[in-house]
Amino acid sequence: MPLARAMPFPVDQVDEAEEKEFLYTLNFGPQHPATHTTLRLMLTLDGETIVKAVPDIGYLHSGFEKLGEDLDYNQYVTIVDRMNYISPICNEISWHHAVEKLMGIELTPRCKYIRTIIGELARISDHLLCIGAAALDLGGITAFLYAFNMREKIYDIFETMAGQRFHPSYTRVGGLMVDVSEAWVDKIRKFIKDEFPKAHADVVRLLNRNKIFIDRTKGIGVLTREEAINRSASGPVLRASGVPRDLRKDEPYLAYADLEFDVVCSKGGDCLARYLVRMEEMRESARIIAQAVENIPAGPVNVNIDDKLTIPDKSSTYRSIEGLIQHFELFMWNRRWKPPVDEVYGATEAANGELGFYIVSDGEGRPWRCRTRPPSFIHFALFPLLMEGHSISDVPAVLGSLNIIAAELDR
Amino acid sequence: MKFPDFLVTKLDWVANLARANSLWPMPFATACCGIELMATAASRYDIARFGSEAMRFSPRQCDLMLVAGRVVMKMIPVLQRIWLQMPEPKWCISMGACASSGGVFDTYAVVQGIDRFIPVDVYVPGCPPRPEQLIRAVLDLQEKVKATGTANAREFTARTVYAGPTSLLKQIDPEQTMVVPGDYNTASRSRS
Amino acid sequence: MPDVQQLLAEKFGDAVKRSAFRDNVRYIVATDRLIDVMTVLKSAGFDYLSDIAGIDYLHYPDATDRYGVVYSLANTETAERVYVRVFVNDPDPHVSSVYSIWKGADWMEREVFDMYGIVFDGHPDLRRILMPDGFTSYPLRKDYPLRGRGERHNFQIVTRAES
Repeated sequence: MPLARAMPFPVDQVDEAEEKEFLYTLNFGPQHPATHTTLRLMLTLDGETIVKAVPDIGYLHSGFEKLGEDLDYNQYVTIVDRMNYISPICNEISWHHAVEKLMGIELTPRCKYIRTIIGELARISDHLLCIGAAALDLGGITAFLYAFNMREKIYDIFETMAGQRFHPSYTRVGGLMVDVSEAWVDKIRKFIKDEFPKAHADVVRLLNRNKIFIDRTKGIGVLTREEAINRSASGPVLRASGVPRDLRKDEPYLAYADLEFDVVCSKGGDCLARYLVRMEEMRESARIIAQAVENIPAGPVNVNIDDKLTIPDKSSTYRSIEGLIQHFELFMWNRRWKPPVDEVYGATEAANGELGFYIVSDGEGRPWRCRTRPPSFIHFALFPLLMEGHSISDVPAVLGSLNIIAAELDR
Repeated sequence: MKFPDFLVTKLDWVANLARANSLWPMPFATACCGIELMATAASRYDIARFGSEAMRFSPRQCDLMLVAGRVVMKMIPVLQRIWLQMPEPKWCISMGACASSGGVFDTYAVVQGIDRFIPVDVYVPGCPPRPEQLIRAVLDLQEKVKATGTANAREFTARTVYAGPTSLLKQIDPEQTMVVPGDYNTASRSRS
Repeated sequence: MPDVQQLLAEKFGDAVKRSAFRDNVRYIVATDRLIDVMTVLKSAGFDYLSDIAGIDYLHYPDATDRYGVVYSLANTETAERVYVRVFVNDPDPHVSSVYSIWKGADWMEREVFDMYGIVFDGHPDLRRILMPDGFTSYPLRKDYPLRGRGERHNFQIVTRAES
């Protein structure tokens, strides 16, 4: 079967630039080391200065949202895991936060605390990779190795908890897959007390006063407060522009209302400010974990089994008729949950920003529509604005500071 | 001039030894597996112990393509083009369930296994595979290179037939057709 | 938020209907009044456009319209949220673009157009964003199958002989 030729990239937006013959176009990506992921940029250059940057995305569009309409509320957690794959737990928490809002479930205190701890651990690992990769692109490979070493420790904690180090798929509707053990708590204590502060201090020493790093990030990619709000930025990108918006404070969910922490802000709005905000946020996350891990309440992790919402544990499935029936009810494709016929938006503060799910339910076991509000997608839309007038060597700095994750960008 | 057989065998052995222990990967990292690939290269697992640490992002300098992550409709022409740009001898590792078979993403956009469209030598299962599994795959590929390699790459001339799964290519209705967003024919290499 | 409700009721009367579920407060707006409502809401403090979601209501229980578009707005000072819903129908689904109010709507509207084929009037650069340019279907519509129509198998095969 004859196939068509490649579609030319629509660069007709640069028509007035095309008249100037000295401008030329550089194709950046979709497979380029500095993008870390699959995104493509068409840069119109005047020498080394970028006149216009046109992003082209969709190189990892895999139909997550269509798949969500085919899977039920528990199954889809394995798919949302793969959305922002450097902090999968944040996605799980966000997805089940929205589902529990739809079904009107109030979690048990123990579940809330455990979810808070793992969410903050995921935030630390996300920021570590973001900073490590940004430093790698700007020439500092040592910071990357230090950061990745810490990520391995966090992987170990997740592996102890759920059995999978990378995509734990740990949350369930109304609770968690299994309860955590005492060994897990000890690992987190050790991580928070000894390992993490040392690695954090190492990275700070490597980068905070590093002349090359500061020269390449300070004043680069400035996002003003007004533009940040008008263009829907969220998370560290918004806070680095001086807007103290953090859903953990604004709409407290899980155990955040009980815990003491500060929202980190900066007025700079440039790449350096975003880096500093992420560094400080890691410290705040460690503070949250340190408080939460000492105060995990006793009790069950799942909501009451009589509510017919959670998967019964193995022993009650095998040994009691109620457990067996409930297991059957939740796993038969035509039974499952009976949520209200309505639609709801639930959002949490993921590592990258506001990660929300808009769920439309038709009263059956699987969602009618599960729209994701992906922070990477919205942050990458800022890119042409941030790049204008900068040099081509600033592209990795800006990309690294925005922390674009392709699977979340394209879904 | 024809070399005596024993001499050629020794040449093959030397060439294989050199090739197998210096596989330079081209990391075609698209999704989650790419982060595990980074973990494999980072301090704890350290793929440098096996001579594969020299990640070269330019296909012209590589001899091992590591496809890590799902490949979607918009990406497959890019993948084919990069594969064509790599010089012989070259090998391909398909890392993870998505690259090998589509994995959990049985949707409209995801290619159900890259082996439908390009040749693959080693498959790594897992979603994503642990770094140990990837290292095992590199070792397996080294064994394969040592066992089958020849100094002038005669083994590739023998393997010219498509060996992947049955092609599901079908003629679809004109109103439902799409223009394929790229085509490996437009790669710089001219084909007769 | 009684004040927003009063404000919208005074200005638009029957064109805006309110409903609530859990903590979500929704205003269903007549499609042709969308820009006016959004302008009023923005001046009332809802300066942050959080999300735009498209929904296909084909065969949805008790649905009267085919597509819905939901705008999530937030107030960055008080962290309140409202949701604005409009409905559009085949054969020519189109809504006014809110790009003139929020620049952030640019890619969100392009995504809704890409996935549902809902045209946003006044958008400066409305073309496909995630799917390839030559793709003819709108994949998130309910009448498009999950596994597609064979497009994913529609590529040439490279063998060892060619490479």
